[in-house]
Amino acid sequence: MTKALPANLEQIEVNLKKLTNQRTRSSLLGIAILILIFFGGTLVSLEANAGSFGRGIANFFNYPRDLFVDTFEMGWKYWPRVIKYIPELIITLNIALFSTSIGFVLAVIFAIFSSRNLIRNKRVIQFTKFFMDVTRSFPTLIIAMVFLYLMGKSSLPAVIAITIHTAGALGKLFTEAIENCDGKPIEGLSSVGATWTQKIRFSVLPQVLPLFLSYGILRLEINVRESTILGFVGAGGIGEMLAALIQWNYGADVLACMFLLVGTIIALDYLSAYWRHKLIGANQ
Amino acid sequence: MSSSLAIQRENIRKLFPDTFKQARKSRLRGQIIFFLVLVYLIVGFFTLDVVDIPKKWKPQNAAMFVLDTYAHKDHVTMKWENHEDIKIAFEGNYRSVYGRDNLDKSIPDWFYKNSDNVGNVVEFNNKGKAILYKDKVEIVNFPKYERGFTIKLNSNGKPYLVGSEDLVIEDLKGFRITENRVEFRPTLYERIQVYPKKVEIHRYSIGWKYFWFDFSSPLEPYTFFEALGLTFSKERVVPEMSNLKLFLTEIKDNEAFMHGRVWWAMLETIVMAVLGTMFATVMALPLSFLAAYNVTPIKALRFTLRRLFDTLRGIDFLIWSLIFLRAFGPGPFTGIFAIGFTDTGTLGKLYSEAIENTEKKQQEGVQSTGASKFLQHRFGIIPQILPIFVSQSLYYLESNTRGAVIIGAMGAGGIGLQFLGALGTGNDFENVAYMAILVLAVVIFMDRLSAWLRRILIGSDQLIVR
Repeated sequence: MTKALPANLEQIEVNLKKLTNQRTRSSLLGIAILILIFFGGTLVSLEANAGSFGRGIANFFNYPRDLFVDTFEMGWKYWPRVIKYIPELIITLNIALFSTSIGFVLAVIFAIFSSRNLIRNKRVIQFTKFFMDVTRSFPTLIIAMVFLYLMGKSSLPAVIAITIHTAGALGKLFTEAIENCDGKPIEGLSSVGATWTQKIRFSVLPQVLPLFLSYGILRLEINVRESTILGFVGAGGIGEMLAALIQWNYGADVLACMFLLVGTIIALDYLSAYWRHKLIGANQ
Repeated sequence: MSSSLAIQRENIRKLFPDTFKQARKSRLRGQIIFFLVLVYLIVGFFTLDVVDIPKKWKPQNAAMFVLDTYAHKDHVTMKWENHEDIKIAFEGNYRSVYGRDNLDKSIPDWFYKNSDNVGNVVEFNNKGKAILYKDKVEIVNFPKYERGFTIKLNSNGKPYLVGSEDLVIEDLKGFRITENRVEFRPTLYERIQVYPKKVEIHRYSIGWKYFWFDFSSPLEPYTFFEALGLTFSKERVVPEMSNLKLFLTEIKDNEAFMHGRVWWAMLETIVMAVLGTMFATVMALPLSFLAAYNVTPIKALRFTLRRLFDTLRGIDFLIWSLIFLRAFGPGPFTGIFAIGFTDTGTLGKLYSEAIENTEKKQQEGVQSTGASKFLQHRFGIIPQILPIFVSQSLYYLESNTRGAVIIGAMGAGGIGLQFLGALGTGNDFENVAYMAILVLAVVIFMDRLSAWLRRILIGSDQLIVR
C-alpha cells in the first residue's frame, strides 16, 4: 500500500514535516524569549522594588479595607461628601472635553496635510507625519509638567498637554481614515473642476466624518482619564483633590472621589460604545 | 445662460421635493450641532481661563528654560573685598571649581590677564569682554555696542553705571539697573551682574558639557572617542582599575547626567510596561474564553466576567496604582500590577468580542470529526483569533510604555519620578531635556518594535480589531 504512493506525495510529506519542524522551532524560540523577558523583568523588579513582593501581596487588601472601614463608620453622613466633589469632577470633565475639541480640530488639519491622496508634496507629508509622531509620543504628563513649571498652577497646562497629545494621536488615525477612503468621489469632483477645498468638503469629509467622530469620542474617554492624572500632579480638578485627600489620609473622602471617578469612567465607556455604534453602525 | 440654469435647478427641485427637504433637514441638524459646539468652546474658553495664557506665559522664564536645556554656563565670581580671588565654577556648582582642590583642572582659556597686566578678562563667545579690576568692571568689545561701559561702586557701596546720564536709550538696552544691582545682558548668552558685595558673570555656551564624563572625572580631558580608544591601551589612566572599567564606571556615575540612574530608571519603566502587558495578556486569555457566549453556555458566569472586565477597566490605572503603591511600595511591581489589572479588563473585553466574532464553520468542521469540546476550541477558534490577540497585546504595549512613565511619576519610580525630580530642582533643565528625549526615543522605539513584531508575526502592522 505504501509503495503505491506516488513520488511527489512523499515529497509533500517531507516538505510538510520540514514546515512543521520549522514552526515548532520558531514557536519554541518565541516562548523562550518570552520566558527570558519574564525572568529578567522579575529580577529587575525585585532589585528595584522598595518593599518585598510577598509582603506586598499580603498587604494588598489593607488600603482598600481601611478606606471602606473609614467610609462605613460615617454611615449616612457619607453621601453629601460624594456630592461635595462633583464640582471638581466637572472641572476635570471640562478640561477633557475642551482639549479634545481643540485637539480634534487640529488633528483634522494635520490629517489633511499628511494624506497622500490630498497632498502631492512629499516633503509636507513627511514633515507633518514626523510632527504628529513626536506630539503623540510624549506622555501628556511630561508636557504638562513642563508647562506647569513655566506657567504656575492652573488647569491650562493640562489643557495644552492633552490638546497636543490628542492632535497627534487623532491625526494619525484620521490620516489612515482619509487615505483609505474611496477615491472615486474625489475624481468625480475633479472632473467637474472643483477646487481643492471643495474636493475636501464634498467628497472626503462626508466619507470620513462618522469615523472621525467615533475616534473623537473614544479619545474623549481616554482624555477624561488623562485629565484626572494630570490633576494628580497639580492641574486642578478631581485628580488634585484626590492627591490632597490621600496625603491627608481622609479615607472616606478618598473613596468618594474614587467612586465618582469610576462611575464617570464606566458611564463614559458605555456612552461612547453606544454613540460609536450609532455613528458607524448606521453608515455601514 | 444663468437664468436657464436657474430654471433647470427649479425643475429638479420640483421633481424631487423629498430629497431636497431631507438634505435641508440634515444640513440644519449639522448647523445646530456646529453652533452648539461653538458655544461650548466659547464657554470652555472662559471657564478654563484660556484667555489668561498671555498673562501667565512668562517669556523670560520660558526663554531661560529653553536656553538651559541646550546650553551650559560657567559662573565667574569676584568679591570686591578680595579682587584677586576669582572663582570660576561650572554651573555655579561649588564642587566644580576650576583650578582648585588639586583637581588638575586648568583655568579655561577664555579667562586671562588683561594686556595692562592689572585686570582679569572674561571673554565671551561673541568676543565681548568683561574686565575685572580692583574697583570697577569694564565692558568692552560687545558687538552692536560701539562704546564700552564702566561699572563702579559709589561712596555708599552701591553699583552704578559710569556716565549713564550721557548714554542714549539705544546703548542702555542691555542694562537693567536697580538700587542694589547693575545687570548687563545684551543677549541670553552673556550676563554680567554687579552687586555691592560681588560681581557675578554667567558665560553661556551651547551644548551639553560633561555629558559623558563629569567635571571631576579622570577621563574628563578626553572626548568620548578618545576615551573609548584608551580602553584598548595597556597604560592605565588611574592605577586602581583597568581603563575599560574606568570608562564604564565614569559614564555610569556621571554626576551631571546620572546615566546609570537614568538608564536604570528607564529599564524599570520598560519592565513595568512589558511585564504589565504580559500579565494582562496571560490573565485575559482564559477569562475571555469564559466570557464569550460561543464557548461558555453559563449566562451568569459570562455576565459576571463582563462586569469584572468593566470594573477593572473603569477603575483607572491611576487608582490601581494608588492601591498598589500602598501595598508594594515604590517600585516596578506597583506599575506592573496597575497596568496588568487595567489591561486585563481592556484586553479581556476585546478578546472576548473577537472570540464571539469568529467564523463558526471552522469549529463545526472540527466538531464533525468527533473532536472533544476542548479540541474544537483549540483548532476551531484559537487559530482564528491568535493574530487578533497578538495584534491587540502589542498595540497596548506601546501605550503602556507611556502609562508606565506616568505611573512612575505618581510615585512608582522609574523615569517618571526621575523626570519630576530633575524638574523640581529648578536648574537641571539639561537633565530634563535629556530624559524627555530618552522617553520620546523609547516610546517611538516601542511603537516601531510593536509594529515590526506585528508585521513579522501576522503580516500586517495595522491593528486588527475583529
